Amino acid sequence: MIAFLTYKGILVLIIFTITLAVAAYSTYAERKVAAFLQDRIGPDRAGPFGLLQPLADGAKFFFKEEIIPNVSNKTLFILGPSIAMLTALMTGVVVPWGNELVIGGNTYLLQIADLDVGILYVFGVVSIGVYGIMIGGWASNNKFSLLGAIRASAQMISYEIAMGLAIIALILMTGTLSLREMSLQQMGGVGAHWNFWNVVYQPLGFLIFLVCAFAECNRTPFDLPECETELVGGYHTEYSSMKLGLYLFAEYINMFISSAVISTLYFGGFNFPFMNDLGLSANWITVIGTAFFFAKITFFIFFFMWIRWTIPRFRYDQLMNLGWRGMIPLAIFNIVLSGLISLFVHR
Amino acid sequence: MLTDRAKVVVKKEMNFWERIYLPAILGGTLITIKHLFKRKTTIKFPEVKREISAVWRGQHVLKRDEHGAERCTACGLCAVACPAEAITMTAAERKKGEENLYREEKYAAVYEINMLRCIFCGLCEEACPKEAIFLTDRIESTDYSRQAFIFGKDKLVEPVDKRIDVTKRQTSEVLEFKKNKQLSHNR
Amino acid sequence: MTLYLFYFLSFVAILSALLVVFSKSPIHSILYLIITFFSIAGHYVLQNAQFLAAVHIIVYAGAIMVLFLYVIMLLNLNKETEPHKTSLAKIAAVICAGSMMVVLVASLKGASYLMAKPGGDIGLVKNLGKVLFDEFLLPFELSSILLLAAMVGVVMVGKQDQRTQILTNTPSTEANKIE
Repeated sequence: MIAFLTYKGILVLIIFTITLAVAAYSTYAERKVAAFLQDRIGPDRAGPFGLLQPLADGAKFFFKEEIIPNVSNKTLFILGPSIAMLTALMTGVVVPWGNELVIGGNTYLLQIADLDVGILYVFGVVSIGVYGIMIGGWASNNKFSLLGAIRASAQMISYEIAMGLAIIALILMTGTLSLREMSLQQMGGVGAHWNFWNVVYQPLGFLIFLVCAFAECNRTPFDLPECETELVGGYHTEYSSMKLGLYLFAEYINMFISSAVISTLYFGGFNFPFMNDLGLSANWITVIGTAFFFAKITFFIFFFMWIRWTIPRFRYDQLMNLGWRGMIPLAIFNIVLSGLISLFVHR
Repeated sequence: MLTDRAKVVVKKEMNFWERIYLPAILGGTLITIKHLFKRKTTIKFPEVKREISAVWRGQHVLKRDEHGAERCTACGLCAVACPAEAITMTAAERKKGEENLYREEKYAAVYEINMLRCIFCGLCEEACPKEAIFLTDRIESTDYSRQAFIFGKDKLVEPVDKRIDVTKRQTSEVLEFKKNKQLSHNR
Repeated sequence: MTLYLFYFLSFVAILSALLVVFSKSPIHSILYLIITFFSIAGHYVLQNAQFLAAVHIIVYAGAIMVLFLYVIMLLNLNKETEPHKTSLAKIAAVICAGSMMVVLVASLKGASYLMAKPGGDIGLVKNLGKVLFDEFLLPFELSSILLLAAMVGVVMVGKQDQRTQILTNTPSTEANKIE
C-alpha cells in the first residue's frame, strides 16, 4: 500500500511539475511563434535566446501590486482564478503519459489513474472549468467582466455538446471510455502489424473535436471572452498580479492537456510507427513512446499557436452559428455514419 | 484615389467553400508558415545599429577651437534660424583671465536646446558663422522627464579631453555648400 | 476509511444543501448547490458508480448549473427587486414542499431492497450498459423519446415565427433602402 502510494505520489509530482513547466514555456513559445510568424525575433534578452523569460514573467507577476476592487465580492474574486487553475490541473490525471515500465518485477503504469470512465472524467472537469471564468467575471462587479463571463459560459456550453458528440462517434468505434484502452488499441501503427491511428477512421470527428478544443480553451479564433477590442480584458479585466497570472496560466495548461487528449484519442497516444519491429525491450519502447507522445503534444501546442497568429477572431453570431448550426449537425451526422460503418464493415 | 490598389467592397453571399472556412484557414496557415522561415527584419538595437546615412543629423554639439576655447559667441543666429524655436541663449562678456575658456569677447552663459521641440533640420548648423554648432551622428538618449530633454551647455559643449568628431558628416557636397554660405556671409 | 469518507461527504452535502436554502444571495445559493452535487457525485464514486458520478457532474454541475448561474447573473437579483410574497403563497409553498417530502420519505422507506452493496461492479460502464439495454430497455427508450420531444419543442420555440420575422424585418429593409 505504502509502495503504491509513494509511486503514485512521485508520479503526481512529476506530472504536476511537467505540466507547470510546459505551461510556463508555452508562454515563451507563444511569443516566439508569434514573432517568427511575423518576421520578428521575439523575447531574446533574458538568458540565451530569452530562455529565462518565463521566470522573469513569473517574478514580475508575483511582485506586481495586488488590487482587489472595493465593490467586488472578495471571496468569490479569489475563488475564481483558483477554480480555473484547479480544474486545469485536474485533467492530467487520466491522461496515459506512457505505457508501463517493468522495474524489478513490479509494473509501473505511467498514468495516475486508469479510470473506467476516463474520457467522461475529462469532460466533467472541463465542464466545471467554466465556473472559474464565470465566478471571476461576476465577482469583479464590472460590466466588461460580466459580459466576458457570460460569453465564456455560452460558448463553452455550446461547444461542449459538439465535442461530446464527436467523442461518442469515437467511443462507438473503440468500445471503451478508458483513455489507456484507447491508446493500446492504436498500438502497432505502420509496420508489420497494420493498425492505423484513430484519426484515419474518424477524420470528421477529429476535425470537430479540434475546433471544439479551440473553443473550450478560449483560444483564437474563439477568444471572444477576452476580446480586448470590445471588452477591455474580458473576464479578467479587474484582475492583477498573480491572480491574472493564474488565469493566463490556466489557459496554457488547458492547451497542454487538450493537446495531450487529442494526441491520445486520435493520434495514437504513446504509440509510434514501427514500434514492434525495432526489436527493443518493452521498457525502451515505453520510454521512446513517452518521448513520441510529448512530441505529438508539442506539435499540437504549436498548431494552437499557429492558428492563433493566422486567423482573426470570429464575431459572436458567427461563433454561435458555427457551433449550433455547423458543428452539432455535423457531429450527429458523424455519429450516424460511424454507426453505419461499424455495423456493416465490422472492424 | 492615390494608388490603383483600392478595391470596391462587394457584399455577396458566401459560397459553400467559403462558408465552411476550412480552405481559407488552410491558405492562411500556409502563408504564416512561410513566414516562419523568412529572414527576420528585427535589428537587435544596442548591439547592432541600423546603418545611417553619411549626412545623418543627430544630437548637437558645441565645438571648442584647437586651444580648447568655446567657439560660440552667442550671436543668436541659430536661434533666429531655428524653425522650431528650440534654441535659447543668454550672452555674457568675457572677463580678464578667461581667454583660454572663450574664443571671443562675448560668449553664451546659457545655451539651451529643447530636444523635444527640435526637428533636427540642421538650419542652426547652417546659420552659424563661427562653426560652433554642429549636428552629429549620435542618437540622443531617452529620459523619463520632459525637463531632462532641455539640453544645457553641460550636455552640448564637447569635453576638452573627449572631442567629438564632426568630420564624418562633412562630405564634399556639404563643404562645397558651406563655402557658398561663407561667401554669402562676406557679401 | 470508506465509512469516514461517507460521513464527511454526507455532512458536506447536507450542510451545503441547507446553505442553498438559507443564503441570502442567489449566486451563493447556486454555488452551494454545486457543492452539494459534488458531494453526491462523491457518494456515487464510493458506491463504485463511476459512470453515474461522471455524468452527474457533466450534466448537473457542468451544464444545468452553468445555465442557472448564467440566468441569475443576467437578472441581477437583489433585495429591492424581490417581489413581496403574500401569506397565501407562502402557505401553498409549505404544503407543496411538505407533500413532496412525504412522497420522498415514503418512496425511500419502501426501497430498502434497492440498497447497493458497496464495491459492486454494477456502476461500471459495461455492466450499466448491459442492464440499461436489457432489463430496462423500455424505460430507457421512452426517456430518450421524451428528451427528443423536448429538443424538438425547443427548436420550434427557438425558431422565429415566419409572420413575426416578416414584421420585424420590414422596417430594417426599408431603412436599408433609405441609406
